Amino acid sequence: MTGLRPSRRQFLAAAVGACAMFPRPLIAQGAQPRVVVIGGGFAGATAARFLKRTDARLDVTLVEPNPIFTACPFSNEVIAGLRDMRAQLFRYDRIAGDGVAVVHQAAAAVDGQAHIVTLGNGAKLNYDRLVLAPGSDPRFDALPGYDEAASERMPHAWKAGAQTMLLRRQLEAMEDGGTVVMSLPALPYRCPPASYERASLIAYYLKTKKPRSKLVVLDAKDTFSMQRLFENAWKELYPNLEWMPASAGGNPNGVDVGAMTVSSDFDTYKADVANIIPPQKAGRIAELAGTADRTGWCPVEPVTFESRLVPGIHVLGDAAIAGAVPKSAFASNAAAKICAAAVAKLVRGEMPATPKFVNTCYSLVAPDYGFSIAGVYQPVSGQWLEVEGAGGISPVDASRAFRSQEAKFANGWFNTITSEIFG
Amino acid sequence: MRAVQTFAAGLILGATIVPGLANEAPPGAASCSGCHAAKPNVDTAMPRLAGQDAMAIAAALHAFRDGRRSATVMDRIAKGFSDDEIKAIAAWFGAQP
Repeated sequence: MTGLRPSRRQFLAAAVGACAMFPRPLIAQGAQPRVVVIGGGFAGATAARFLKRTDARLDVTLVEPNPIFTACPFSNEVIAGLRDMRAQLFRYDRIAGDGVAVVHQAAAAVDGQAHIVTLGNGAKLNYDRLVLAPGSDPRFDALPGYDEAASERMPHAWKAGAQTMLLRRQLEAMEDGGTVVMSLPALPYRCPPASYERASLIAYYLKTKKPRSKLVVLDAKDTFSMQRLFENAWKELYPNLEWMPASAGGNPNGVDVGAMTVSSDFDTYKADVANIIPPQKAGRIAELAGTADRTGWCPVEPVTFESRLVPGIHVLGDAAIAGAVPKSAFASNAAAKICAAAVAKLVRGEMPATPKFVNTCYSLVAPDYGFSIAGVYQPVSGQWLEVEGAGGISPVDASRAFRSQEAKFANGWFNTITSEIFG
Repeated sequence: MRAVQTFAAGLILGATIVPGLANEAPPGAASCSGCHAAKPNVDTAMPRLAGQDAMAIAAALHAFRDGRRSATVMDRIAKGFSDDEIKAIAAWFGAQP
């Protein structure tokens, strides 16, 4: 313990030096370093738990308004009627049991200079380091006609929960012979492959339950991740799915909720069910904290995931723009573990080690048909880059047995990662 | 015995042991538990790594990387790691309870 004191003192001296204009009298002398984490999803809940696990002496608070977490991965299976919503729900009891103070409040404000978080109930939390993991929010000003009220009629279902069930009920209520229209935004947004997984599983639902119905996918993009794998599967399984890329006039440019139409650059589509995945941005608190730039997302340093705009705040998960790091649950969890290790070192005045991490994203096109994309990431000249020669997509010519095994591994991944975070 | 093992793991990684402070995972190792459960009794077909023989983990990673062992995704992942990184990851999991 004594060995830590000089370095911590040095660190505090350096921190005070850096913030000389804005002294921080709130850090009590001799108190344990205090880390506040905002957001209890894959990134934030992992960070909180691993901060405490990395250094049991840290004072860690997790701020999350919902008492129950609803996981987005596999919610496409819920929409397609293949999975019970209850399989998506997780509590924070075990995280609290590890010694993390879990506060079920919204974060209302962050003062990045004074190092204070204000909660929805007015309470204030001081921090030495803040981890922001607020996920992404829909941009309700981006697609003409699509605001929050419109999302009650044309769900985005891009945050799991009530929106997921709304879309599922609409599909169930639709008569056979109906048209489902999906609208997909340009990059970046939360987990882009999941939008093609959703298209596939909605097509699966229609094929098995409403065979005279069809799905039109209007896309602001011309290319996407795992495209050959998805397109081969669609050719094989889903003649009821029509994908319209931007170059074919598919770029979505507005909705009319009253008329239940979705317009593209070339045409207007009448929908019986419309699933609008809108353009997105970092969760609101990231913007309030000053960590979001003009793109709406939060640029971060590699290694520590510290904000490039506000020192002392680390941004994780979908809210962050971290070089080549994908906005996936797997990457959010892996990066959160690296960030937790780095933050635990920073508050002790030590240098974080140079890390490396893996991402693996599974997509299902049918319950027994899955494939994956993987990547290995390392910091190179101040940016997270993929290690060349590693990663990539499942083989394009793989057997159905191979696809079935990857579907099984996808399920195993979900059980494992949620057990690590919430179990 | 546990203390001895933990101490030995600390020596392997060149870490100093401080109460309350966990040994730091070597580069890449923290990601593995996204798919390979740290705890037993998780419903998955993917094997646990904690407590497995370090030599066996290293041998498997080399075989995946060099295409001598078939895989769905581990061949793609193992290609991102050097011999030294594989050695450190294997030693770390070998020392887990």
